[in-house]
Amino acid sequence: MTTQSRPQQFEGPHGPRPRRVSPMRVVTYAILIAAALFFLLPVYVMIITSLKPMEEIRTGAMLALPQNPSFEAWSIAWSQACSGVRCEGVAPGFWNSVQITIPSVIVSVLAGALTGYTMSFWKFRGSNLVFAILIFGAFVPYQILLYPLVRVYASLGIFGTVGGLVIVHSIFGLPLTTLMFRNFFVSIPTELFKAARVDGAGFLRIFWQIVLPMSAPIIVVTVIWQATGIWNDFLMGLVFGGREAKPMTALLNNIILSEFGERRYNVEMAATFLTALVPLAIYLLSGRWFVRGITAGSVKG
Amino acid sequence: MLPRFEWVGFEQYEKLFASSRWQVSVENLFLFGTVYIVACLLLGYVLAVLIDQKVRGETLLRTIYLSPHALSLVVTGLVWSWFLNPQFGLQAFVQELGFENFRFAWLSDPKMAIHAVTLTAVWRGTGIVMILMLAGLRGVDAEMIKSLRVDGVPKWRIYTQVIPPILTPMILTSLVLLAAGVINSYDLVVALTRGGPGISTQVPALFVMEHFFARGDVGVATAGAAIMLLSLIVVAGPLILWRRIASRRQEAAQ
Repeated sequence: MTTQSRPQQFEGPHGPRPRRVSPMRVVTYAILIAAALFFLLPVYVMIITSLKPMEEIRTGAMLALPQNPSFEAWSIAWSQACSGVRCEGVAPGFWNSVQITIPSVIVSVLAGALTGYTMSFWKFRGSNLVFAILIFGAFVPYQILLYPLVRVYASLGIFGTVGGLVIVHSIFGLPLTTLMFRNFFVSIPTELFKAARVDGAGFLRIFWQIVLPMSAPIIVVTVIWQATGIWNDFLMGLVFGGREAKPMTALLNNIILSEFGERRYNVEMAATFLTALVPLAIYLLSGRWFVRGITAGSVKG
Repeated sequence: MLPRFEWVGFEQYEKLFASSRWQVSVENLFLFGTVYIVACLLLGYVLAVLIDQKVRGETLLRTIYLSPHALSLVVTGLVWSWFLNPQFGLQAFVQELGFENFRFAWLSDPKMAIHAVTLTAVWRGTGIVMILMLAGLRGVDAEMIKSLRVDGVPKWRIYTQVIPPILTPMILTSLVLLAAGVINSYDLVVALTRGGPGISTQVPALFVMEHFFARGDVGVATAGAAIMLLSLIVVAGPLILWRRIASRRQEAAQ
């Protein structure tokens, strides 16, 4: 799945087996490249816009590279852009997102592993029903749960706190992580589990010492999946973040809303790109696991 | 702030369905949802088929196609609102190239704005479908395809008639994923159009959020949310059931 190894020497024909260049082949590549441009172009425009001064943006030439690339818009976006009356850029949101994402990922993945493990190896009466309800939970429109949750949060005093958002994400992440782990555990031979039971290992011991060490591949996938998902969340952050605990996405949206008069598109795009940076980096660094996450979580089931 | 509990029967639902904002929302949801799902499925399938032709740079292409999916919907919406900005974006760019009559101002056109939402969503959603379809294609029995080719079945017929039924599980998975995305279309609309111009890109998710928080009309908001849930069950329920039956059959066949 990694990049194909290049031939060491370039004498004579190389690469996969040579074939005639048929018109079909040309059309295939033309479509594939056109599609690649379609997917890349908006991201490219976002990045170069963030590197241009406003005078240059106003002259048009949207696709042109910046004449004097400058990170000034980035630094404004990071620490000075205003959200309402507060002018601290997206940085506070970044730190909130970090504080929200890390514990939420740990909790939702561990809990998902534990639930998936229970549902696979410790089937109890009605466990299929519980599983079905859990999966249903993955698809319930969040809007239906928001109002009751807001009221509960307000009465518990955790509204607008990072901890409150961690709880929300941990709970809402559970259906998906459970599903992914259960699908993975289906492939573990039950003999192993039975042998451990015969040896007298209990529920938690089997989980910690046998099942979890074997689950490294699926742990990586769910961590990536949850980390990008939670970082990218907007709705929960908007509703439960209050004033102090807004994640980066919600803060970004506020900053854009607060731009009035002369809009600084370079700052807007810089803020947008900064917000996209973490999930993009995760995705680019772990592309194949990311892909596996999509297929693992959904193909079976 | 304390809720008043009072049984009102279906009054909130009557209010909901009488609201033109809600009607527009539902129409938009259907329009957006249908075009989005069909476009993602078609485009995703075509790209998967093309990528499966032993092309060079497959890894790179796959990475590019899926990359929009790493962006949050808010980022996606903001990027596209800039890209489609009539004054500086794509329209201005093409006009600069000399096509002065070129018009592509969907975001400021109440009739077209919802299609801008669709376009943006397709941009983000196609990659996943492509990946799922590709995984499916890689699982197709190569020998069977080969023997069909030997029998003189043209390639296009294989890809339009033989393979799609084999990919049913992937198509259903994509459908469920895409449908869930449609119903939760809040983030994208907020970032791209904020429901406007006017109410032209209202969707139920936005409608519900506005009534909850901005307007404080919890009754109508909850009614809307309930309808969202109901429609999701109506759409996804049969799909999930069908998929379970299909996978059972597959297991039985093996």
